This record gives sequence, structure tokens and C-alpha cells, in this order.
Amino acid sequence: MAELAAQGKSPEILFWVGCAGSFDARAIKVTKAFVKILNAANIDFAILGQEERCTGDPARRAGNEFLFQMSAMMNIETLNQYKFKRIVTTCPHCFNTFKNEYPALGGDFKVVHHSEYLQELIADGKIRITGDGEVKGKKITYHDSCYIGRGNDIYEAPREVLNALNNDIVEMKRCKSNGLCCGAGGAQMFKEDEPGDKRINTERAEEILDTGAEVVAANCPFCITMLEDGIKEKDAQDKVTILDLAEIIADSMDNV
Amino acid sequence: MIQQILFLLITIFAFAYAYKQYARIWKNIKLGQAVELKGDQSQRWRNVILIALGQKKMFKKWIPGLFHFFIYAAFIITQIELIEIFVDGIFGTHRPFASILGGFYTFVISLIEILSVLAFVATLIFLSRRNLLKIPRFHKPEMKGWPKLDGNIILYLELSLVIGIMMMNGADTVLQNMGAEHYHPTGAFAVSSWLGPTLFGGLSEGALVMVERTGWWLHFLVVLAFLNYLPISKHLHVFLAFPNVFFAKLTQKGEIPNMDDVTQEVKIMLGLIEPDPGADMSELPVFGSKDVFDLTQVNLLNAYTCTECGRCTQACPANITGKKLSPRKIMMDVRDRMEEVGKNIRENKTDCIAEAKKADGVILSKDNYDDGKSLFDLISDEELFACTTCNACVEACPVLINPLDIIMQMRRYKQLTLSEGPSDWLPMFNAIENSGAVWQLSTERDAWKNDL
Repeated sequence: MAELAAQGKSPEILFWVGCAGSFDARAIKVTKAFVKILNAANIDFAILGQEERCTGDPARRAGNEFLFQMSAMMNIETLNQYKFKRIVTTCPHCFNTFKNEYPALGGDFKVVHHSEYLQELIADGKIRITGDGEVKGKKITYHDSCYIGRGNDIYEAPREVLNALNNDIVEMKRCKSNGLCCGAGGAQMFKEDEPGDKRINTERAEEILDTGAEVVAANCPFCITMLEDGIKEKDAQDKVTILDLAEIIADSMDNV
Repeated sequence: MIQQILFLLITIFAFAYAYKQYARIWKNIKLGQAVELKGDQSQRWRNVILIALGQKKMFKKWIPGLFHFFIYAAFIITQIELIEIFVDGIFGTHRPFASILGGFYTFVISLIEILSVLAFVATLIFLSRRNLLKIPRFHKPEMKGWPKLDGNIILYLELSLVIGIMMMNGADTVLQNMGAEHYHPTGAFAVSSWLGPTLFGGLSEGALVMVERTGWWLHFLVVLAFLNYLPISKHLHVFLAFPNVFFAKLTQKGEIPNMDDVTQEVKIMLGLIEPDPGADMSELPVFGSKDVFDLTQVNLLNAYTCTECGRCTQACPANITGKKLSPRKIMMDVRDRMEEVGKNIRENKTDCIAEAKKADGVILSKDNYDDGKSLFDLISDEELFACTTCNACVEACPVLINPLDIIMQMRRYKQLTLSEGPSDWLPMFNAIENSGAVWQLSTERDAWKNDL
């Protein structure tokens, strides 16, 4: 982003990669898949690179408001230096903080989550779905992440992305506004569970297995980690694959 | 004449006592912080119409939703008959609306009767759901003892209301058919026109008048009992659901509200603004919520509105997987604490005045209250830190109660005022502070693009 700005250019999209997308080996695959899609669609985009910081979401939810606001204000200051039309992010938590929480601190940015953005690209014909990828012919179920679903009432966009594929799509028993959390939110990702009978991701994995789906479409790096762990615990990793929407689309489109 | 005097005395006493009780609820809610209402006022009214009046969210579970609607509709429309009971009770008349309204009267009372029968059936179903069927949300630890009894008392009161109506209307029908004095024709009511003769057909005129009067008094007394029982029960939602829905948050559920007092401090810390030289630095600021005084009045209204249905707890991923957290319990704990604090203040228990503020003639108030206890005596860390902020509880509540907001405020108190919390979180906090990422790693943030 800094390089583009130095050349006096302002990209259409600022791709907010997020901590998971930058550092977590599994989430990096999603980042790369999304970049592949952006390139295929000829989107003029940039990243902040070293200037990007955690949005502060887990700090705020853990109760550490000071740390959240510090991180948020630093990000807002960085972002205000640059010109771009919209932020796109592959992380529901980053998306939610930008959309709903930064405005109170003076950060007003247009932000879309990649599940909405992918729907847009497909609807505008910017990418062409062939449906010939790994998931071809497989039964897919969609896991609503809390911060895209209940948190921001986005239920249809990710499902429409999947509908472009011509696959058999099934719903889990708890879906849409009744969707069950993966167990990572509220900064749980970064701590041990409180005592209980089982882990939340185990409960969700059982529900996934009940559908008979071979692919779970997710749209959050933390959900992916949690669901993969849950499926492994059920020893079902050979039967069920957890993929991000971006991975599914990147693999099922015409390579331009 | 004696009946009229008795009626007036009972009514005045019941309303006076009710006033005292509802004033107590009002004062207890006022223990909390005032909130500035933001957002679209018309959206708030739309919510009241759709969600409170229209019970939109109750129909997410359509079986209890439908039966609850029967009781609700019967409750509302029976108020018309109640007006007539008051008129009759005060003036010693008998069904004066019948001659004024004619056929419309027959229609309205018939409608009341049909809804009352539906409500009766619904109440029996609810009693069996609570006591015979093993529906997990009615059998959680927080539902032992009084909450369980409370739920049943309400249902028994509802049954007796309907029994009262049927006795009074049924006996009236038979008396009308006999051509008894005072019992002028009202037209045939939908239910009592056949139920009356079936139940009371063979009775003498004297016995029928007894049945009619007993039903009339039973219905009236149970209504007054209900009015005075509500403020000590979980059943206040019949009134409070409306303001509660009106005051509910309008912004996206994902948003956790900003702490503006922290914003000031952070801006000073980052050198964005100068500290106010006149600021009083003698007392360390308190952030987050420790007790009912720190919560908002909307949080406290939420607690009184909760009818302990447990839809929140049933949807909570932590609770489903056996953790101690139950959003319903959070609401019940807040209400219990509010009642405790309110009672002490009402009784001016001076030993609850904070040490530093004790002096002759000082009266206990919310500004000097310190009984050495707080919400943390009722709500454990284990509960607070099990929440995934997934908003399932908020989504599940038919009357827009927000347990998550209270959990967050208490987490904030733990972290910001006490510097306590799960030690697992410390590496994450340090990483964000020092390296701007949730993990402390030696790789660069954009290293992934090197092997694209």
C-alpha cells in the first residue's frame, strides 16, 4: 500500500489479511486462494503489509478495552493515510470491528467480508465458475460463523456463492440465526476451555457428520481451525474436508 | 351493599399494595446508570409492535409459540370482561354492557370464552411440559426450588382465572334460562351456553347464584392476586416486555459498545490529546461493572423482564457442552442482587454504608452503598470466561434481553480494574501490544506473499 501511495496510486480494494491470514499456516492457504481470485478477476488491490496490526477484536472481547482501543486507533491512523475504495477481509472478526466498532473511534471505512465480495464478483461476471474443482460432485454444508451470521445478519451471500457451484448443498440442524458457534469466539481461541462435558467444536463436528456432507464451507480462519480439530477428534478427517469459500471458488473457476 | 363495600375496600387495598410493589421495581431499576437512547425511534416502535405485541420471535419454536399466543390473547381480551366486573362490583349492577352493546356483547364474551378455553388447554400443556416432560431447559441447576415453584404458581393462577369465568358465565346461562330475577338475557355465549347446562343443569336457583357469585369473586380476586404476585415473580414480562423491547439495542449484534471513558485515557496515552489539568486524579477510575450500580438501567430492566424461559441457555454453546455458564442464570443473578440492594436501601441498613462515607445522619443510598458484596459473589469467573460472544442467547430471547452485554461489562471490570482473568490470555495481549499480532512470531506479516 505504501508503495502504491508513493506512486500516487490509490487501489480499488485494500485486502485486509488479518493475523490468522498472515501467520497461521492453514489460513495462509485461504489468503493465497483469495489473492488468486482477485488476480483472476483483475481487481486492483493492495495490502498494508508490515503496517497492518491486529484489529483488537480478541482483546476487546477478553475485556481488555485499553489494548483494543490502542490497536484500533493505530490502525485507523494508518488507514487514514491512504486512499482506497473499500476494505475486503477474509476474517469475520476483522470485518465486524471495522464495520461496527471503528466508527465510534473515528474510523469510517467501507468494508465487505469476502463472502459478500465473492458473491459480487460472481454476480458481476468477473470470475467464471466452472465447477470442475476438487469439490465437484461432493455434498457441501455451510457453517455460519457467528460474526458474519448473527453478528451482522449475513446469511444469504455465502450460500449464494455456493449455489453458483451446482453442488448438493445441505444445511446442518442448527443453521443461519440458530447456527452453533465453533467455540473460538470471545477470545476463547486463545485460552483453554472452562470445565465442561465436551468441547464446542466436538459438538459442531458431530452435527457436521450428521449431514453426511463431505465438504464444510466456512468463512472464518478460526472456525476452520476449530472445525478441523473437531473432525480430527472424531477421526473423520478422511471423510470430511473443511474449506474456506475462497478456497472452493479459487479451485472451481476458470483460470484466466 | 355489603358486597359493594367489600369490593371497594379489597380493590383499594390491592391497588395500593401493588403501587408500592411496582414503585419498588422502578426504584431498583433506577439503581443503574442512565442510558442515552440512540438510533431510530420509529424502529423502536416497530420492534414493540412486531416483537412485543406481535410476539414474532416466539414463533421460532412454533408449538410453545402458538400455545403462548392463546394465553396472551386471552389475557388481553379478558380485560374487557374485567372492566365490566369493576363496574358491577362498584355499582352493584349486573352485566350492564349487555343491554348497551346487544349482539356485539354476545360476540365479545363468546370470543373471551373461546380464547379462555384455548388458554386453559395451553396452560395444562405448559404444566405438563414443565413437570412431566423432561425438557432440559426447565431442569437446569438455576431452576431448582423457588423458580420452579414460581413457574407452576403462575400456571395454577391462570387455570383458576378460567375456572372463575366458566363458573360465572355457566351459572348465568342456566339462571337466564330459568328466568331468574336480575339475570337478564345476554344472548347465548359460545362455550357457557352448553357448558353451563351440562355442569350446573340440575341445581336450584339459590345454588346457581352461589356458583355464579363464587366464579365472579374468584376471577376478580385472582386478578388482584396476579397483579400483586407479578412483582415478586419471574412473570413481570407481561408488562415489561414492552418497554424492554423498546429500549433494546438497535445496532448490529456483533458490535460491542465502545467505552468512551477509556477512549479519553487511550488518546492521552498515545499523545493525541492533552490531559485535562483540572481532572481529579485522587481516585483511581473504575472501569467495567462490578455491581448493579455500574450496569445500565436497560440491563436492570432486562433482568426484571426475564421470565426464565431458558431459550438463551438452551442455545448457549458453552451451556450445551456442559460448562457452568447459563445466560438465564446471569439475568436471575442480576435481579436477585438488585432486590437485595434495593431492600437494604429501603430499610436504610446503615451498616451497608461504605466505611469512608459513614457519618451521623447519613442515609444509605446507591451513592454510598458498600455491603462488601457484588455481582461477583453470584457470578463466577468460570461462567464469565466461558462465553464465546456468539450472540446465540441474544438471538434466542423472545423479548430482546441481552445477557452478553452484562457478561462483557463484568469481563471488563475483571481485566481493567482488577487486572485479573485467564492467564492464557496474557501471551495474546502481549503479542498484540508488542508485535501488533495475536501471536508473537518471528516471521514478517507479509511473508506469505513471497511464495505466491
